[in-house]
Amino acid sequence: MPGLGGRFSTVVKAKVSKLLDRAEDPGETLDYGYNKQLELLQNVKKGIADVVTSKKRLQMQEEQIKQQVVKLDTQARQALAQNREDLARAALERKTVAQNELQTLDQQVAELEKQQEQLTENEKKMRAKIEAFRTKKEVIKAQYSAAEAQVKIGEAASGVGEQMADLGLAMQRAEDKTEQMRARAGAVEELEKAGTFDDITQLGPPQDDIDRQLAELSAGSQVDDELAKMKAELGEGGGDAPALGDGQSQPEQS
Amino acid sequence: MIVRISGEGQYELPDADAQRLNELDNQAVASVEAGDEGKFAELWKQMLDLVCKDGRELSDDELIGSDVILPPRDSTFEEAKGEFSGEGLIPD
Repeated sequence: MPGLGGRFSTVVKAKVSKLLDRAEDPGETLDYGYNKQLELLQNVKKGIADVVTSKKRLQMQEEQIKQQVVKLDTQARQALAQNREDLARAALERKTVAQNELQTLDQQVAELEKQQEQLTENEKKMRAKIEAFRTKKEVIKAQYSAAEAQVKIGEAASGVGEQMADLGLAMQRAEDKTEQMRARAGAVEELEKAGTFDDITQLGPPQDDIDRQLAELSAGSQVDDELAKMKAELGEGGGDAPALGDGQSQPEQS
Repeated sequence: MIVRISGEGQYELPDADAQRLNELDNQAVASVEAGDEGKFAELWKQMLDLVCKDGRELSDDELIGSDVILPPRDSTFEEAKGEFSGEGLIPD
């Protein structure tokens, strides 16, 4: 059968038969294959554990940003109560940026979660296949000692050899995937560390950063809305805050 | 006919499906050569569906040599291209 399957099939089969032909004792080759499978499975499990660790770190960052959002909100209210609309606006702008970051992190964590589940499910299936391989391998080894079963061994061995090669390939891919996921989680983490998170916690001069400016531009109307809402709430609450019914036309105090 | 989906398992397909699978296979080859990623994805899905829906999945301890081995389900277009350039999914 030519084409996709044919070519792949040919490659795998040639490698498998070479592997088994070369072996003086197929039993040894099968044992080696089995041990190799166990080793690869360990790597996959370790990879999954690493991904879980990365995910947890991202979740911790999420928590920190959530606290920051609360803090900035409080700061905005305090500033407004003291008639410092400029400071309130700055705090709300940073709050909006933080909320956007939170959304991005949320998506990343959800994606990691999904992939982690798939990998765990995969790992379970592979474990079952390896166990079946172990049983089959013992049967073939026993048959091999009984020399009269030679022909039958040839057939069975081709199936087992193929399974051996395929399990190796499957686990290689699973390992690659965990590696990619870990790298991606790591990249997000780095971005959070180096990015906007640090300066949204400090009321410093805005960075000359296109992304930031864009984020703030889009945050503008949201900030206006929130500011207006906050003013209304403060107005209703009375107390020491002046009533600021029409927040938009309130002159800046400096 | 025994078909393996790499990394997943083996299926026993009625012989009548062989021709259909071969047709899809040839079209998939053509789509890769033409660089048509969308077409390839569609044909690739049809091939997998044919095997999974028409075939009987072999249990883990039924290990028979396959007549056809398909690449892993999540193979990318890039990998398929490598496949056809002759390097194969399992490097030497």
